[in-house]
Amino acid sequence: MSPGVLTVYRWELRKLRYQKRTYLGLGAAVIVPILFVIATHFRHRGPEDVPFGSYISRSGLAIPLVILLFGAIWMFPLITALVAGDIFASEDHNGTLKTILTRSLERWQIFAGKALTAATYGIAAILLSGTVAVIAGCIQSGFNPLQSLSGTVVSAPKALGLVYTSLLVYLIPILSIVCIGLLLSTITRNSAAAVVGTLMFSLLIQLIGILPGLTGLQPYLLSTQFNAWQGLLRTPIDWAPIIRAAWVCALYGVPALAAACLVFLRRDVAGG
Amino acid sequence: MSPPGAVPVEVRGLVKEYGQLRAVDGVDITINEGDVYGYLGPNGAGKTTSLRMMLGLITPTAGTVRLFGRNPIETVHALEGVAGFVEAPTFYPYMTGRRNLELLAAFDGAGASERIDEALHTVELADRAGDRVGGYSHGMRQRLGIAGALLRSPKLLLLDEPATGLDPAGMRDMRLLIRRLADHGMTVVLSSHLLAEVEELCNRVAIVRSGRIVYEGLISELKRGAGAVYRLATTDDERAIAICRAQPGISEVRIEHGHICFTADEPAVAELSQALVEAGALIHALAPQTVTLEDLFFSLTEGTAAVTPDGPLAEVAQ
Ligand SMILES: Nc1ncnc2c1ncn2[C@@H]1O[C@H](COP(=O)(O)OP(=O)(O)O)[C@@H](O)[C@H]1O
Ligand SMILES: [Mg+2]
Repeated sequence: MSPGVLTVYRWELRKLRYQKRTYLGLGAAVIVPILFVIATHFRHRGPEDVPFGSYISRSGLAIPLVILLFGAIWMFPLITALVAGDIFASEDHNGTLKTILTRSLERWQIFAGKALTAATYGIAAILLSGTVAVIAGCIQSGFNPLQSLSGTVVSAPKALGLVYTSLLVYLIPILSIVCIGLLLSTITRNSAAAVVGTLMFSLLIQLIGILPGLTGLQPYLLSTQFNAWQGLLRTPIDWAPIIRAAWVCALYGVPALAAACLVFLRRDVAGG
Repeated sequence: MSPPGAVPVEVRGLVKEYGQLRAVDGVDITINEGDVYGYLGPNGAGKTTSLRMMLGLITPTAGTVRLFGRNPIETVHALEGVAGFVEAPTFYPYMTGRRNLELLAAFDGAGASERIDEALHTVELADRAGDRVGGYSHGMRQRLGIAGALLRSPKLLLLDEPATGLDPAGMRDMRLLIRRLADHGMTVVLSSHLLAEVEELCNRVAIVRSGRIVYEGLISELKRGAGAVYRLATTDDERAIAICRAQPGISEVRIEHGHICFTADEPAVAELSQALVEAGALIHALAPQTVTLEDLFFSLTEGTAAVTPDGPLAEVAQ
């Protein structure tokens, strides 16, 4: 079989298994929901001021949703950036681009394999974190029906389905973060700069959203799209924020990804 | 597939500029099948930069590279049958030597993974292949680099100062290895700043300085043209100097570090020794000095300005 994008993808996943940062990010994705559940066990009350915050002691299925809300501030962008920001920069750090670019794969194939890997990692972190939150939450507060944002009660099995659909909707802005991480990784050629830069970008966008006079921009900010899943938890389902998330995130992600690809295809591999 | 009759390497008018600096300045070379081609020059001459362009790692400012007729900047297919590395070969330090080769073989396809054991054996790394590359010495990485190249079963091997930084035994092993590969019919391009290394291994040579080729051809002819330097000590040096100066075929007579030095060809040296004895200046020592790259540069630049690639050697140094 001749090598291709999937060859790169397989080996990039394998390389992730050797690296500490992989486990750091996934570890955080697992531990944070567990710590959160432990904290609610002792406080008996959730954060009242966020959607589903007051439900977490009544239904374990509210817990992953609250984690999604808090995780959007910096945790999930950071976990995502850990790999996306590093995946090209680490090749510069190890000087290994010249090693892999002189084999039988075109640069675009290497790029695509790496981009897929970074996306896979972000997706895995969210699904893992969500699953841990569901399990830990249900152990703590039971597999109970959930009250939707419209006030109607949703049966537990249906609510579980909605939780997982929410996770999927949450992946839309996560993938934009991946693209931005990839761009910074190719441009800065420095892992720390790219990871921190991606996180800073995500924080800055949130800052813009709360500046007086700029609140009109809210619907078009990347940070807002992290809340799009809430449309699923209304009756009937409100698709508008989800559709908007799809195109707004594409506006952030696609140009970033295209720019990253162009930079990578054209760059001189002169170091290492 | 490569066009019929295409030579392994054909470089025309190759230029690479970094800002104001012309790292490579109009290089033309043709390397034929079976050549072991030395690319000789001091540090900063542009050897690595040239090889990077040949491997498609950097885009030339001007000029073209053709490997078996194909352009490595356009497509990685131009590297079919080509392998090599620039500067020290690099690997993922957190994986073992064997894992690294497995990755490279996967990226090569074409049954490369079946050659891993053989390649490790060839470079004598089989017993350390299970260790992480992060713990390898420079020499081991260098050999792993060669192993990585061999996975592609190349017809053309590009090596950038592969013996640099090795201890004397490592250097000797590296040269033996390159010799063996060349004996198997591989075309080899070997960059080096060591004349002796190129002389030992290569049949043809390009000498580069400041990005330009100042000589291209056979080393033996170059050295013949340059003339060998001899050192002489006699019982009567003053008279010996006069005799040297008078002797045909001997030039550049001078005193260096208390010894008489001159440039000559072999027949002239034989005649000189007889003349010295006849004149009563008995010889303590008469020994050829190793010609260094610097000596060659000296003779190349002292020669006529009309030194062109493949130009008549008589002009190189008179
Ligand atoms: N990426 C780069 N950016 C700027 N200058 C460079 C770069 N790479 C090489 N150079 C310069 O180009 C010249 C040739 O370098 P190089 O090809 O590495 O020489 P060599 O391999 O013969 O020692 C040197 O002056 C070097 O400083
Ligand atoms: Mg060099």
